[in-house]
Amino acid sequence: MAATPKPRVKVPKTAKAGEVIVLKTLISHEMESGQRKDKEGKVIPRKIINKFTCELNGQLVFSADIDPAISANPYLEFSARVPESGTFKFTWVDDDGSIYTDEQKIEVR
Amino acid sequence: MEDRMTLTRRRVLALTAGFAAVPALQLLSGVAHAAAEDTTKLIADFTGGKEPQSGKIKLTAPEIAENGNTVPVSVSVDSKMADGDMVQSVMLVAEGNPRPEVVTFHFTALSGAAAATTRMRLAKTQSVIALAKMADGSVYMDKKEVKVTIGGCGG
Repeated sequence: MAATPKPRVKVPKTAKAGEVIVLKTLISHEMESGQRKDKEGKVIPRKIINKFTCELNGQLVFSADIDPAISANPYLEFSARVPESGTFKFTWVDDDGSIYTDEQKIEVR
Repeated sequence: MEDRMTLTRRRVLALTAGFAAVPALQLLSGVAHAAAEDTTKLIADFTGGKEPQSGKIKLTAPEIAENGNTVPVSVSVDSKMADGDMVQSVMLVAEGNPRPEVVTFHFTALSGAAAATTRMRLAKTQSVIALAKMADGSVYMDKKEVKVTIGGCGG
């Protein structure tokens, strides 16, 4: 069993009102595909992050439905329009029901 | 006389090679067909039966991926992401993988731009397909062939 997944997120500290910024996210996770076999030939059960969402002040910005074909330590880069200062909330949902989150503030000048 | 002999020998060789190749080809097409059906169904579920058009969507992937475990892919759709001109979702499909679905991105008015980058697994050399569904229901498609040196699905 790998260590608890650790999210890492890159968000600019400031933006102009209405600016479109790029967000980069990464979470450490083995993304076990359910296709691999162990030494005894038994299939290793699937365990992946299957859902990712990004919200700004509670409003959905971007989400992704993830399948086993996404690499280990899933990386996602996407953009967001920032109308006002606030907090980005990032959520990753694991197959086992665990939820990992991270938050980052952004200031509009 | 001598000329004729060589010709015959060549022909015989060519014929033998041809026969040997037939079962191999049949086997290959059989495997590809099963996956193709999955892919067709997946795409039909996403498009709702609409015929995908070309243009608007751009898929960026390396021509040659040395490691199939982590292949960077980017997709972007030409859209204002405001008023009526919106991209709802983008789906990536790898038709040569044991399971063709890769990821589906959902965009909103707060996305600002319909673009995303991630890293995917590719089992073997194959075509990667990107489909974009617009708010008005139209569907756009782009396709890229990626050569894979080491497959990335284990087992």
